[in-house]
Amino acid sequence: MSCCRTGKAGVGATVAELVRAIEAADSKGAMVAAVHNLAATRDVAAIPALITVLGYNNPGAAVAAVDGLAALGSAAVPALLEQIDGYNYGARAWAIRALALIGDPRALPVLLETARGDFALSVRRAAARGLGTIRWALLPADQAAIAQSDVLDVLTQATADPEWVVRYAAVAGLQTLATDLVNPEKKPLILASLRRIFEHDETPAVQARARLALDTLEARP
Amino acid sequence: MEQDLQQPINVEGEPLTVEQAIANLRQTADAGLRYYAAWWLGRFRVSEPAAVEALVIALEDESDRAPDGGYPLRRNAARALGKLGDRSVVPVLIRCLGCDDYYVREAAAQALESLGDPQAIPALRALLAGGIAAAMAVPGKPHLVQPYNAVLEALGTLGATDAVEDIAPFLEHDVAQVQNAATRALYQLTGDATYCDRLVDRLQEPNLQLRRSAMMDLGAIGYLPAAEAIAATLAENSLKLIALQGVLESHLRQFDFPGQALSDEARRVLVLMDELL
Repeated sequence: MSCCRTGKAGVGATVAELVRAIEAADSKGAMVAAVHNLAATRDVAAIPALITVLGYNNPGAAVAAVDGLAALGSAAVPALLEQIDGYNYGARAWAIRALALIGDPRALPVLLETARGDFALSVRRAAARGLGTIRWALLPADQAAIAQSDVLDVLTQATADPEWVVRYAAVAGLQTLATDLVNPEKKPLILASLRRIFEHDETPAVQARARLALDTLEARP
Repeated sequence: MEQDLQQPINVEGEPLTVEQAIANLRQTADAGLRYYAAWWLGRFRVSEPAAVEALVIALEDESDRAPDGGYPLRRNAARALGKLGDRSVVPVLIRCLGCDDYYVREAAAQALESLGDPQAIPALRALLAGGIAAAMAVPGKPHLVQPYNAVLEALGTLGATDAVEDIAPFLEHDVAQVQNAATRALYQLTGDATYCDRLVDRLQEPNLQLRRSAMMDLGAIGYLPAAEAIAATLAENSLKLIALQGVLESHLRQFDFPGQALSDEARRVLVLMDELL
């Protein structure tokens, strides 16, 4: 998001001043603007405060904080993972979203667990998407091969989720996984799953996503 | 945060069977069990004749009364019947449009829209009588005298082209959601895309509820040119994905998917949806 009227503590303010501006915000809108300002610093010192914002039940502020954490990339991952079990429910959902956007393999265990069994569909959706966008090059090939096998299992399971949007995210995840495989001999398994979904899923949007995945994967050698 | 749909259980947490749900709906001693059974039969789309018959009887229930004089069981029964696809209930739902309880009338109008039987058009149209001058708020209640949103949307979906002149004045109603419902219906009935552009403009409203309402209307009518604007609206990704699903699937139907290949437009919408996951 590219907005940003800068408030009292705007450009040139220190991280500490920007954090105080969040704490002093007297409306939801003021809070969103203050979080944008903090996120825009791209400063690792902002990470704890951005994570705190995830628990405020202010969706606009949470989106801004997630964008800020995602932009900081791997630097934000240890803090996100360290605090994830203590999060309230909403904060956990936002943290999963941030981890999914970052794609750091250290988030694999929590993304796998969440995609497998979280009770909220939007969180399963974000986790399934995140499993498809892991940056595999950050792992040694042997470890990546083992982890990819787990991801394939969980995403294949997610293609049978009762919610269409989770199945949709699983299909999108399978498509990217198929292009990043350390062991290309798993690719036919993915193609077979995608064909089955294209032919049999009850939701046309999911069938269409599977068609797009097949078209994309079959166009490559 | 949305919860997943529940497994079929009864109010004590025990698994509920179709037979037990129908029996619960038929008994009259426990109003709570009846209310839950009516919801359950709709949720799990139990369309067997015994279920439909029990729900129709529930539409005439006099025993379950809300503090405001309303009929909670009738409301749930009407909603459930809208999900079961059995058009034999259209005449009884039409009678519900005359119920004293606003929420029964609203549920009946929505159910009639889902069932898709044009035979409901004259009764729905009659609820627009008096135009916007009559479409006032009920003192002390959070609603207008009639469930205008549901009625306008149903008329649009049911193809009530004769009702265009009755619907058009509601574009100027004071309540923005009513304007949106009229806009949506007029697009469905006339095919004139300028109506959709009004809804697209609404996606910039400062009020989140109005943005959500316009977005869901655009999804419901499947207006493809709005896809980018929906994706860019400030609202929850979950709702944007549902609206884009509506846009995409309406387009897929026109292009005879899955028989035919994906069009470039369908690919464009899929890319937008991927970004929102």
